[in-house]
Amino acid sequence: MYTLTGLKLKNPTILAAGILGTTGASLCRVAHEGGAGAVVTKSIGPIPKTGHPNPSMVKLDCGFLNAMGLPNPSYPSFFQELEIAKKDSGVPVIASIFGGSPAEFKEVAKGLLPAKPDAFELNVSCPHAEGYGAAVGSNPCLVEAITAAVKDIVSVPVWVKLTPNVSDITCIGNAAEAGGADAVVAINTLKGMAIDIESGYPVLGNRSGGLSGKAVKPVAVKCVYDLYTALEIPVIGVGGVSSWQDAIEMMMAGAAVVQVGSAVYDRLDVFSEISTGIEAFLQRKGYSDVKELIGLAHEMV
Amino acid sequence: MLPLNATIVQINEESPAVRTFFFDFQFETMKPGQFVMVWVRGVDEVPMGLSSKNSITVQKVGEATSKLFELKEGDSFGLRGPFGNGFSLPSEGEKTLVIAGGVGAAPLAPYAEAARSVGSEVHTVLGARSAGDLLFEKRFAEAGEVYISTDDGSKGTKGFVTDVLNSLNLSVYDRIAVCGPEIMISSVFRLLKERQVLEKSEFSLQRYFKCGIGVCGACCIDKSGLRVCRDGPVFSGVQLLDSELGKYARDASGRRVKI
Ligand SMILES: Cc1cc2nc3c(=O)[nH]c(=O)nc-3n(C[C@H](O)[C@H](O)[C@H](O)COP(=O)(O)OP(=O)(O)OC[C@H]3O[C@@H](n4cnc5c(N)ncnc54)[C@H](O)[C@@H]3O)c2cc1C
Ligand SMILES: Cc1cc2nc3c(=O)[nH]c(=O)nc-3n(C[C@H](O)[C@H](O)[C@H](O)COP(=O)(O)O)c2cc1C
Ligand code: FES
Repeated sequence: MYTLTGLKLKNPTILAAGILGTTGASLCRVAHEGGAGAVVTKSIGPIPKTGHPNPSMVKLDCGFLNAMGLPNPSYPSFFQELEIAKKDSGVPVIASIFGGSPAEFKEVAKGLLPAKPDAFELNVSCPHAEGYGAAVGSNPCLVEAITAAVKDIVSVPVWVKLTPNVSDITCIGNAAEAGGADAVVAINTLKGMAIDIESGYPVLGNRSGGLSGKAVKPVAVKCVYDLYTALEIPVIGVGGVSSWQDAIEMMMAGAAVVQVGSAVYDRLDVFSEISTGIEAFLQRKGYSDVKELIGLAHEMV
Repeated sequence: MLPLNATIVQINEESPAVRTFFFDFQFETMKPGQFVMVWVRGVDEVPMGLSSKNSITVQKVGEATSKLFELKEGDSFGLRGPFGNGFSLPSEGEKTLVIAGGVGAAPLAPYAEAARSVGSEVHTVLGARSAGDLLFEKRFAEAGEVYISTDDGSKGTKGFVTDVLNSLNLSVYDRIAVCGPEIMISSVFRLLKERQVLEKSEFSLQRYFKCGIGVCGACCIDKSGLRVCRDGPVFSGVQLLDSELGKYARDASGRRVKI
């Protein structure tokens, strides 16, 4: 049993936001068939959004590019999906929310609260939605204000998901901590783009988007490593984790648990596979507790 | 996979609102029922079933398909695929029933041909609004017997494909493959269930696709949480028991909309 900001997880793998998180039934499937220790919903905002035109996601040799554009049905319509996930998933369900201001974040959190999410994850990090996500998440003052605003009205833990598209992620991490965050989640996608050389058109409907998957893992490991040093609160590692080895590496950098996103492309049960792999590794190495691993790389000087 | 550049080599006018676009390479491994994402550059990327190894058959409904209809031979679009699971093929000697409505005939024509080529006896129930809207009648006829229904009675039985099905002995078939508008497939679903032949059936579903590769979750159906783009688009009738089929779907934002 892993405890993270008071939530009990049967294993340290969590479904990342925006992956198979649009419907309650799908979240339940990731928990049951996939074996995730907890699930995060698609980021939900104040008004319905259809997102950017397609192509909204392409697979590259090194990872994935996406510009979904935060499609979501808005909190009143998502409410029933959250209820389904809470009722049937059997694992903690974290509501990912976004807005353009502290007031909008508050409105969405308040709207979803009666469905009893186990925690909120504040998306201040999506790199390709104008006025939202990283647009607010690169400003430490706004991040602090948004975190404080949500903390003010909810009693469940609040996690803040950070963008790597800033010169110093620890500065934003500190702002989240100052606002009262219970944990930070690092990282969201890195800005990226691909161009079709036959036609000259950028491939994504939004022209540019965010890079995820294998390609971003070294960036995520470094961000987690730096945040672990800079913050008191736990760091949740995400970005390019697709195997138990990746998860261990992320934990040695300082991640208390890991989230997995793009790797569901390979197989849905990647969560069970990672958590079994971690258990076997702990045994083989003679660790009595996963805590002995977390941040281990910092001691190796 | 980045989109391949597909040059249009031939365009067939199938009916006033439906055209087949042949392109300059073949998806050799394609299984009937699989789809491609068709990128109409600068507009949108939309899913289309493969109507052969080197063609898609498109009904003009909105922005992307209208733009496709403006393209001429020699023009190009982007293509990714083939994606998803196709219909399962019969074995030699098995009897196959194909039930196609409207543009749902697109993935079923290559299926009927493939079934025939492995030595299955193929019967097709082909439905459309009127005689002029019937798709691939010749291809289905070359694969086996064809029963036709049109809404206006301009050819075959007047009414829906279910009216034809009512007069058939469904227990003789080993496999039943269905594709068409959701209203149609959900009434076929009910009929097959009533006649207790659902376990022999497969249905191709349509939902709003964003990523098309099984990551985003836009296309997931209730109550199973299965992804139409990756776990489908072809599902067995049994998988669809107690599902949202015929009741509601989700729009691009994820909101439920009544069928
Ligand atoms: C697996 C699958 C196979 C399909 N095969 C064929 C085919 O062989 N021939 C054919 O004519 N049509 C097929 N369709 C339907 C086709 O994808 C839509 O009609 C097309 O996307 C319409 O695009 P538009 O921009 O012209 O219309 P819009 O004006 O954008 O939308 C009209 C309607 O089309 C549907 N649609 C639009 N975008 C998408 C999308 N990204 N994903 C799913 N549906 C969408 C929606 O229901 C929408 O309400 C298939 C759909 C799926 C899911
Ligand atoms: C298709 C897709 C949609 C995403 N949507 C969201 C989202 O709604 N909110 C969010 O905070 N992050 C979103 N992300 C970012 C992921 O949660 C994750 O931070 C990122 O993909 C890196 O992890 P990975 O390499 O394991 O995918 C999305 C990523 C992808 C690929
Ligand atoms: S469209 Fe993204 S999972 Fe099916």
